[in-house]
Amino acid sequence: MDIDPREIDNIAKLSRIKLDDAEKVKFKNQLVHILEYVEKLNELNINNVKPIFYTSPLKNVFREDTLKPSFHRSNILNISPSHVNGFFKVPKIIE
Amino acid sequence: MFLHELTANGIREKVKNREVSCVEVVKELFRRIKQKEALIEAYIFLDEEGALSKASEIDDKLESGKEIGLLAGIPIAIKDNISTKNIYTTCASKILENYIPPYNAFVVKKLLQEDAIIIGKTNLDEFAMGSSTENSAFHITRNPWDTESVPGGSSGGSAAAVSADMAFMALGSDTGGSVRQPASFCGNVGFKPTYGRVSRYGLIAFASSLDQIGTLTKDVFDAAMLLQVISGHDALDSTCSALDVPNYLSDINCRDNVVRIGIPREFFREGLDSEIRNALMNALEIYKKNGAVVIDLSLPHCEYAIATYCIIATAEACSNLARYDGVRYGYRSRLDDDNIVDMYSRTRAEAFGDEVKRRILLGNYVLSAGYYEAYYLKASKVRNLIKNDFDEAFTKVDCIISPTCPTPAFKIGEKILDPLEMYLSDVYTNIANLVGIPGISIPCGFTTAGLPIGMQILGKHFEEKKILQIAKLFEQETDFHLQKPKLD
Repeated sequence: MDIDPREIDNIAKLSRIKLDDAEKVKFKNQLVHILEYVEKLNELNINNVKPIFYTSPLKNVFREDTLKPSFHRSNILNISPSHVNGFFKVPKIIE
Repeated sequence: MFLHELTANGIREKVKNREVSCVEVVKELFRRIKQKEALIEAYIFLDEEGALSKASEIDDKLESGKEIGLLAGIPIAIKDNISTKNIYTTCASKILENYIPPYNAFVVKKLLQEDAIIIGKTNLDEFAMGSSTENSAFHITRNPWDTESVPGGSSGGSAAAVSADMAFMALGSDTGGSVRQPASFCGNVGFKPTYGRVSRYGLIAFASSLDQIGTLTKDVFDAAMLLQVISGHDALDSTCSALDVPNYLSDINCRDNVVRIGIPREFFREGLDSEIRNALMNALEIYKKNGAVVIDLSLPHCEYAIATYCIIATAEACSNLARYDGVRYGYRSRLDDDNIVDMYSRTRAEAFGDEVKRRILLGNYVLSAGYYEAYYLKASKVRNLIKNDFDEAFTKVDCIISPTCPTPAFKIGEKILDPLEMYLSDVYTNIANLVGIPGISIPCGFTTAGLPIGMQILGKHFEEKKILQIAKLFEQETDFHLQKPKLD
């Protein structure tokens, strides 16, 4: 199998990771290697098998909707890389 | 015998009987750490001051005759992906290099309630992604049994610290074998409980349907003691079970449950080191001599476990790691970007290591439009087939015994360039995570080169107590767990 270079660009974009050209080639080759191994799953007939996403028997764990003490705003802001006037500071988000 | 060579329970007895003060224990342990840490590098952060202050608090309690906790005076190391309030928690990643959590993980809160003494945070593969601790952004950790070899991973720092007598016990996390594999490589006892037995609140998430906090200890009794403290319901982890926690310490010597041992034939085929096979065969003889019946069985879908795991773990990881955006906590690229997506992308490019990037990319690939059914959905179906194999096996046997790993500890640098080869070293362990069952690794021999060999015992969901009893029997019949690496 192979992965189209445009596909790598798309995955990098979805992943929010900037890759340079050398990294794109390197990761593409490694991903292809792993995906070729993963194709082993095609040996199995799984048409009538139900998927499972969790192994725990728990379902719909509810709790009372009650107020509980929370962190002070400054404790949280102080661990952020940049904040101003009680808000997180980020680059422009609207053109 | 030096104080640092004792088990956690040994220290606890001495502290309780006032033969030694907690402050003396901590001072002696830090003397040991100062001698050996430069070579082993098990820790990312050491908190001598905090440990001494907690120790003197417990000494005061003892002095005034107050009741003390189950782990009173025991210095313990915490894997650095478990949140500790006001103590750095980095996940061995540049992206969390300066992160100090404002809260404690559930398990840390429990440890402190029981008067344990936190001595430091241990090294790991970045975000627990790896099997050798070589993926740490800060430094590698060396195996105390052979300092040219890896300690395993991802909880390699915790395993090496316990093995080198630089901690009496440690917490780790196990997503595909990250507690059991390093325990096997470093000759200690590593226990991954049932999914849901221990709250994951405060464990920095890697793959949420697979992650579980586990223990690294010098023997089985210590594992039972630590598990007793960290188990139990927590409303802050909605996947945490409300089932009662049994008393793991009472009847730990009971042998009534050592009855039917299943041996999956698929685990003893090609790829298994012959010395490890022999050690396992000898171990089974010991069980047989003590009345166990060994039953050959098949787990036909286990050969698909690594492929299944690769897809599920990376899919969950790419979602969990989306939170590192350079906005709320952690690292942010210093370049001035005029656009937020560029800032995200540069931050993540600069601060994630290659293995983390690889898994995020792979995760997004298998979840993206057009591939979801071919990969993620398919893997989730095969996961069900693997689970059925175990459900079926456990109708015939009480536990399943296998090697923990196909090889002993490998050399530093040996597998780091081949990601797939590294994933394959979890071939016997990651099934327990896919199925959610508990598993322990205990020492069961040594190679001719002197490296420890681990035996894995898997049990049914929530049958931790039975596993501990089965493991304890082996420990009583052998002395592998008493061997120490020669570090002097």
